[in-house]
Amino acid sequence: MVAKYDLSDDSVVVIIGTGAGGGTLANELAQKGIKVVSLEAGGRYLPQDFINDEWESFGQLAWLDKRTTSGDWRVARDFSGLPAWIVKAVGGTTTHWAGASLRFQEHEWKTLTHYGRVDGANLLDWPIDAAEMEPWYALAETKMGVTRTGGRPGLPGNSNFLVLEKGAKSLGYQDVHTGNMAINSIEYDGRMSCQQTGFCFQGCKWGAKWSTAYTEIPLGEETGFLEVRERSHVARIEHDAQGKVTAVVYFDADGQEQRQAARIVAVAGNSIESPRLLLNSASSMFPDGLANSSGQVGRNYMRHVTGSVYGVFDKPVRMWRGTTMAGIVRDEARHDPARGFVGGFELETLSLGLPFMAAFLNPGAWGREFTSALDNYENMAGMWIVGEDMPQETNRITVNSDDVDQFGLPTPNVNFDDHPNDVAMRNYAYAKGAEIYRAVGATQAYPTPPYPSTHNLGTNRMSENPRDGVVNRWGQTHDIPNLFVSDGSQFTTGAAENPTLTIVALAIRQADHIAREMAAGTI
Amino acid sequence: MTTSNHRGLTRRELLSRSLVAGGSFLVGSSWITSGSAAWAVEVTALKPETMATLVQMARDIYPHDRLRDEFYVVAVKGHDTAEQAPMVEEGIAALDGAARGKGHSGYLGVGWEADRVEILRAMEESAFFQTIRAGLVTGLYNQKEVWPLFGYEGESYSQGGYINRGFNDINWL
Ligand SMILES: Cc1cc2nc3c(=O)[nH]c(=O)nc-3n(C[C@H](O)[C@H](O)[C@H](O)COP(=O)(O)OP(=O)(O)OC[C@H]3O[C@@H](n4cnc5c(N)ncnc54)[C@H](O)[C@@H]3O)c2cc1C
Ligand code: SF4
Repeated sequence: MVAKYDLSDDSVVVIIGTGAGGGTLANELAQKGIKVVSLEAGGRYLPQDFINDEWESFGQLAWLDKRTTSGDWRVARDFSGLPAWIVKAVGGTTTHWAGASLRFQEHEWKTLTHYGRVDGANLLDWPIDAAEMEPWYALAETKMGVTRTGGRPGLPGNSNFLVLEKGAKSLGYQDVHTGNMAINSIEYDGRMSCQQTGFCFQGCKWGAKWSTAYTEIPLGEETGFLEVRERSHVARIEHDAQGKVTAVVYFDADGQEQRQAARIVAVAGNSIESPRLLLNSASSMFPDGLANSSGQVGRNYMRHVTGSVYGVFDKPVRMWRGTTMAGIVRDEARHDPARGFVGGFELETLSLGLPFMAAFLNPGAWGREFTSALDNYENMAGMWIVGEDMPQETNRITVNSDDVDQFGLPTPNVNFDDHPNDVAMRNYAYAKGAEIYRAVGATQAYPTPPYPSTHNLGTNRMSENPRDGVVNRWGQTHDIPNLFVSDGSQFTTGAAENPTLTIVALAIRQADHIAREMAAGTI
Repeated sequence: MTTSNHRGLTRRELLSRSLVAGGSFLVGSSWITSGSAAWAVEVTALKPETMATLVQMARDIYPHDRLRDEFYVVAVKGHDTAEQAPMVEEGIAALDGAARGKGHSGYLGVGWEADRVEILRAMEESAFFQTIRAGLVTGLYNQKEVWPLFGYEGESYSQGGYINRGFNDINWL
């Protein structure tokens, strides 16, 4: 029985967003018998609805509301209205994601301690550590069916992986395998195993890849405690004279303004929308936005040091066949400043279809140099760089006071400049990627610039001291005890690993905390 | 020629209706054919010569020698509208002007690709060039009909994925 709550019911927990963070939190709370209303801006699409065509799928799922960009990153030039490639749908970006699910390395929880001060970077230790997170990671891995954990077998490697593996091993890399993937290598949790169709980025039509859209959300709904209101776009969060949040105002599917009362509000709209919402909720009591006494809301925006390397060979690879990201080289993920930068990076297999390759290989480029690369599309192998980028206070989400979206809400601007450490890491990684492919006979290697951000992190950072960040060790805002942040915007620093496993682990842990505090009557 | 309105057609319909393959071509005031008569397309808002130059420009921007002109025609046909015609006519006139400034009869009269590219490079910051180039990224590469020419196979779900169809069949490593 799917729950249905009254707008005036002020005993519910309202969660904004149903992606990795919000979708997980909703189910975890519902499993504990806590009443939850999930408000999701997007519509509901299930595996049968996904479209295995890059642009059509993009049109179906991508978040395309107006955004602006600034800063020296190339995305601001090539895709000025599209800083991020993320999703507006039930399930959020877990519909699009590739499934790579890695734990942080121990030192990455404490980067200020391990890296020391880095000029221009706002490094800070997380208030939690690897030992504390260990059991939550294990729960997240079980929930998501992560391969090569909990006795689950790895995925078989596709041709794109076999090229990466051979190249990497011939350079002496050792930690090379088909990844820790939230993609079923065997039937698991009532979902079938990967059929190697490719198109992991467009939604898995077999349901082999974990997505909150068809795991957490329906499981939560089955409990009778979770009501999901789709096509409900939250405009602002309201509070009372004591400074506690009391309600959430949103536009429903018909564009009508509604107000849902709440005992607790959890924000999980991904790292651009979450700070935007807090900023757009400014009031006379909180003139700089909710939970912003530190001034850190929207700051320290991180997107990982990314980039791709495509190698061209004299014979076919057909990299698009099979699981998109089931292949990894982990040897460079360590912290080793001798390489000329702090932090590390992972190399993971990646492929784009021809339409996206044309758009993203070298945006804006034209002429024979560009087309000769595409002419060799069938003979290409591809890898993605994902490394730790430096949090910087000036890399931030702000709201444009003179520009509004379809609901009349101020639009977000994303300002980003690469830190010199980011540039050094990317260049080093490009060179290593090219070496890997050359070791197996590549005749060309293309250092491809970062795409619009798929990993968006850090804009409501977690801190021990309320002066340094927005939320505490539980994702609870320092300023407002019944306001939580439950997505990747909590990240204090980004680590080298793809973020979603950590987002999910934090959400499971947060649900435990919220249930405990509710029972104790403290919130 | 009648002024049939081709707006609102899908790309596939456009391809089948506006192209006359294999040399059987009509030439009227609004029809344009290639020199080799391999294709012909009806233009509705643009001058036929403008369309011919635009197709060459498209090929010079994204030259793929294995792609026949038809694909470029389809890729730029969206600019053949009353709304866009003034911008395109003006842009192509500038292109021809630049070619004449270098002693050619017009852009189509420039024999070597490298010389045409030099002319394009000089105007690549213009709104006209950027509109045409950006339109080609999807107009050309998102035509399902061109995918096989690059080896790209598109969706595989309808065939059960590649699990039994060569996801790891690389044999030269
Ligand atoms: C192509 C691609 C591949 C990726 N691959 C990987 C990978 O392999 N491994 C990995 O770890 N990560 C990967 N990611 C990143 C991963 O998807 C994200 O890190 C993760 O989904 C973020 O979770 P989230 O909860 O912060 O936000 P999301 O999952 O984006 O969810 C946010 C939700 O909030 C909704 N929302 C936002 N604002 C509002 C509002 N005002 N009102 C109502 N609803 C709102 C949105 O519609 C959305 O549904 C990938 C991402 C992309 C795009
Ligand atoms: S390759 Fe596997 S995980 Fe990816 S979309 Fe296909 S079946 Fe799903």
